Amino acid sequence: MTLTDTLQVSFKTVLSYRIRSLLIILSMALGVAAVVMLTALGDGARNYVINQFSSIGTNLLVVLPGRAETAGAFPGAILGQTPRDLTLKDAQLLGRLPQIRRYAPLNVGAAELSAATRLREVTVLGSNANLIPIRHMKLAQGSFLAHGAEHSAQIVLGAKIANEFFPRSQAIGQRVRLGDRRFLVSGVLAPQGESMGFNTDEIVIIPIDYAQAMFNTTSLFRILVEAKSHDEIESAKQAILTIMKQSHDGEEDITVITQDAILATFDRILHTMTLAGAGIVSISLIVASILVMNVMLVAVTQRTAEIGLLKAIGATSADIRRLFLAEVVWLSLAGAIFGLLLGQFGSLMLRLAYPQFPAWAPVWASIAGIFVTVITGILACLWPASQAARLDAVKALSKK
Amino acid sequence: MIRLTAITRTFHMGDQTVYALNNINLHIASGEYVSIMGPSGSGKSTLLNIIGLLDKSDSGSYELDNRLISDLSETEQAQIRREKIGFVFQSFHLVSRLTAAENIELPLILGGIPATQRQIRVNEALQAFELKQRANHRPSELSGGQRQRVAIARATIMQPSVILADEPTGNLDHQIGAEVMLLLEKLHRSGTTLIVVTHDRELGARAHRQIAMRDGKILTDQSHDAD
Ligand SMILES: Nc1ncnc2c1ncn2[C@@H]1O[C@H](COP(=O)(O)OP(=O)(O)OP(=O)(O)O)[C@@H](O)[C@H]1O
Ligand SMILES: [Mg+2]
Repeated sequence: MTLTDTLQVSFKTVLSYRIRSLLIILSMALGVAAVVMLTALGDGARNYVINQFSSIGTNLLVVLPGRAETAGAFPGAILGQTPRDLTLKDAQLLGRLPQIRRYAPLNVGAAELSAATRLREVTVLGSNANLIPIRHMKLAQGSFLAHGAEHSAQIVLGAKIANEFFPRSQAIGQRVRLGDRRFLVSGVLAPQGESMGFNTDEIVIIPIDYAQAMFNTTSLFRILVEAKSHDEIESAKQAILTIMKQSHDGEEDITVITQDAILATFDRILHTMTLAGAGIVSISLIVASILVMNVMLVAVTQRTAEIGLLKAIGATSADIRRLFLAEVVWLSLAGAIFGLLLGQFGSLMLRLAYPQFPAWAPVWASIAGIFVTVITGILACLWPASQAARLDAVKALSKK
Repeated sequence: MIRLTAITRTFHMGDQTVYALNNINLHIASGEYVSIMGPSGSGKSTLLNIIGLLDKSDSGSYELDNRLISDLSETEQAQIRREKIGFVFQSFHLVSRLTAAENIELPLILGGIPATQRQIRVNEALQAFELKQRANHRPSELSGGQRQRVAIARATIMQPSVILADEPTGNLDHQIGAEVMLLLEKLHRSGTTLIVVTHDRELGARAHRQIAMRDGKILTDQSHDAD
């Protein structure tokens, strides 16, 4: 019996036991759909985090004071020292490194913003002109510390704040009061919404020296650094550590976090979670395969006389076994494909319901779904098939 | 050529041993027409099953066309069943979910014959057994006589050298049974060895050689010339 004929004959058998076949296909499809949906969710979560992370900058390094040990404390703390502050001078030193495209010193605080009749508290970022491009922020209008105006008292308003304070008129060119200083509105940020728990629509940005004066400090909260290219991130990190150690009298008292490293960690964690979830859900495929085994054992009993007849007209045991296995291959293939479609449809619904959430099932999950289904199906049918192949022809024929 | 030497087949029922066949010696030449008769339980079906390689004897030897069956592998025996032997059963044994044409086609599929050739041969068989109109009917839509014609068409589609019929008319009324016997005899006239188990004396008497069995033994073995 040729392979094509085996497949054809068993295909016809699948068709002729319609209800039974549909039930098996459905049970397998639900398992596969669950795997597809779950991996779509997991991968969606992963991509969501990656997108969010990438949106805050490219080739980004963050320099912060203090040394993050795995234990959580820095050695200085044990000796009763506080870590040395980061200063604007440090930032300027970093700016000279060849691996670095640009840097933005950063201070963060809160202050009262007032103009005309309005008054509210806002989050204040103090930085230089590079903050906007490094943090992938966009100006809807105007500029920030444009060439020739580096030291003037300028302020950039977040989209929502600009709208609140100047709903009818042009914000640019207006004077506002922040704390006890007056600033000239030079730009308005494009609305961006929340990213990484930070809403840029409700912040204001002022030059770093004004911020330091306002918050009465000489230290920096962070220095944001953009490496020239992705390949230079690691060497930039080393260079920053070296130069900071030199400038801090040989103390390694800063920490450099690369966006890459954080991303990789998230990626790993979420990928592992996706895999684990897929593994758990694929238990439903085992349940389905137990059903397959049961149904095929019943099929062998039902078709005993037929098996006897096939032997009488010259089928070998191998022919019989292959016919049963081929039947299950068809069933599980149909189940897997139906399940994939179902899972893709479910993922589509998820994407429609939550457009920011890229719930696309990964290709590996679909391929693995098909393979695992077909293989568990075959495994589940091995025993019933060999029962069929072993039947005694005479006894089988005498069965009604 | 079929040669059985000292064939014994026993069944064990509890601590009882039933001799379904008890030291059978039998030689059937190619092209013979043999009927086997005897009371129920005398071993007729068992004998037929052994000749058709569906069952194995406990002792004795069986030679088919000069080959010792006990020397052959399972696969080789299946091949002989496929190519040299055609079975016709009392209860037809058609596959209920397949059409008449598909039932007839089964041995060709098992034999790995290409689909185009299968089509031609099945059509010829449908023609020969006057089943053309019923080709796409399932067994449940056929009369008893039609079902047995489908079964005979299936048994002969591989052009076997031996046809083994176990009470082929047992489920048919007299008239239809006679027609089925005529069909089988026609196959015999074209050179096929025909062995028919029957309870019907009249039908049994039509064979050129009549074997009577009782308690697993051959009681008489008479031949008369063809009419
Ligand atoms: N599978 C079996 N298990 C136990 N005993 C069996 C089996 N098959 C046949 N026998 C016994 O072997 C003997 C011969 O059986 P067989 O079927 O060959 O008789 P038969 O001549 O064909 O009878 P019938 O005319 O009723 O078909 C009987 O006594 C029967 O009970
Ligand atoms: Mg019998």
